[in-house]
This record gives sequence, C-alpha cells and structure tokens, in this order.
Amino acid sequence: MDVLIQSEVFDAGAELNRFSQRAAHSGAGAVVSFSGLVRDLADNPLSHMEIEHYPGMTERAIEAIRAEAITRWSLSGALVIHRHGRLAAGDPIMMVATAAPHRVDAFAAAEFLMDYLKSRAPFWKKEVTAQGASWVDSKAEDEAALDRWD
Amino acid sequence: MQLEVLYFAWVRERIGVPRETVQTEARTVAELVAELTAREERYAAAFADLSTVRVALDQTLSEFDAPLDGVREAAFFPPMTGG
Repeated sequence: MDVLIQSEVFDAGAELNRFSQRAAHSGAGAVVSFSGLVRDLADNPLSHMEIEHYPGMTERAIEAIRAEAITRWSLSGALVIHRHGRLAAGDPIMMVATAAPHRVDAFAAAEFLMDYLKSRAPFWKKEVTAQGASWVDSKAEDEAALDRWD
Repeated sequence: MQLEVLYFAWVRERIGVPRETVQTEARTVAELVAELTAREERYAAAFADLSTVRVALDQTLSEFDAPLDGVREAAFFPPMTGG
C-alpha cells in the first residue's frame, strides 16, 4: 500500500527499506524520504498531540496529490504514511518517500508532497499541555509554499 | 433539500456536534452558512470569521460561492495542518 492513514505508530526505517527494495525493482536509482516528528515545546512541555482528520476525504486528497507527483516527476514509486489520533512527543507523525531514476526528481517530488500534505490534506493538530489544549494554527508560509508548484 | 453537514477541529467544538443532517433551501455554501448562523448562536460563533474557515463539498475542497446542486455532503473546518 502506498497511502497509509493510521493511528498506530510506524517504523520509518522498516518502511523505507521495504519501499527502497520495491523501487529498485522498478528501475529507480534514487530514493528520498522525509519523516515528521511530534515536536516538544521548549517552555511548555507537551503532554501529547491529538490529530483529527476527515476519513474519506483524507484518502482521496492524498491519493490525488500522490498521483500528481508521480505524473509530474515520472516517479517509480511514492509512499505517504500519516497518523491520526493520540501521539506522544517524539513520535513519528508522517513520512513520505519518493523513488525516481535520478535524485533531482525524487527530491522535488518529496518537497511537493510535503508542501501539499501541510495545507491540502484534511488533518488538524491539537497540542495538549499542562496549561490546556490548543489547535495548531496554519502558517501563511505553508500556504505560500504551494505557489512555487504552479 | 437534505444535506449531511460535517464539522472538524475548532469548528466542530464550537458547534458541538461532529455531523448532522440539515434541511435547507440554500443554493450556495454562503447561503447555507447564513442560514445556520441565523439559526443559533453556536453556529454564529463558528462562522464569525469566514477567512479562517474552509469548506469541502463531497470531500473536495471548494469555495463559499459554490452551488449546492447535487451535493450530498458539506464539511466546514479550519485551514488544514497536516504534515
């Protein structure tokens, strides 16, 4: 499976190995991966993070973004894993991996996937600390980052 | 017409339910928002600043001036924070 939406923790190293082995069989010469982790808050330690999502739309939106990346950079493969539910500080939240004949395309496609997942995949993060819970605000620069792919 | 309306994140918290079936004569998303806002204070609180609310129609990101013709599911939520 190349799109996984799950609450369970995943092993980014094992996923990357599996993905790379498959990519090698389909002619890839380059694999790029990115993992996002739950960042702890320096002055206000995180109790945990809650990620809400829109079942159904999440899968559709990510499939569409993934399909566009594959077409645009002629990828040999693309993997997206994104968690929801309750996550601890330091946990992996998500990962993307891209495979292409050459590294330039694999890097560009991974950045494209990340930019779109940030602002176009229906997930909402909430940080819970001893002081209470607050929804993470979207950032203007994340929205602006999409412009470079027009 | 009958519409399934879903709410997420703080929009859901302000309205108090994750989803509901709404009977409406609204022709566009904006008309639906106006109808709900007039209905009860909790909707008015959720839709007070529409620049911070996004809408999806049948699970595709859409706009407030979009028509509701043939739409079965509308969802309202804050800007997404994935990744």
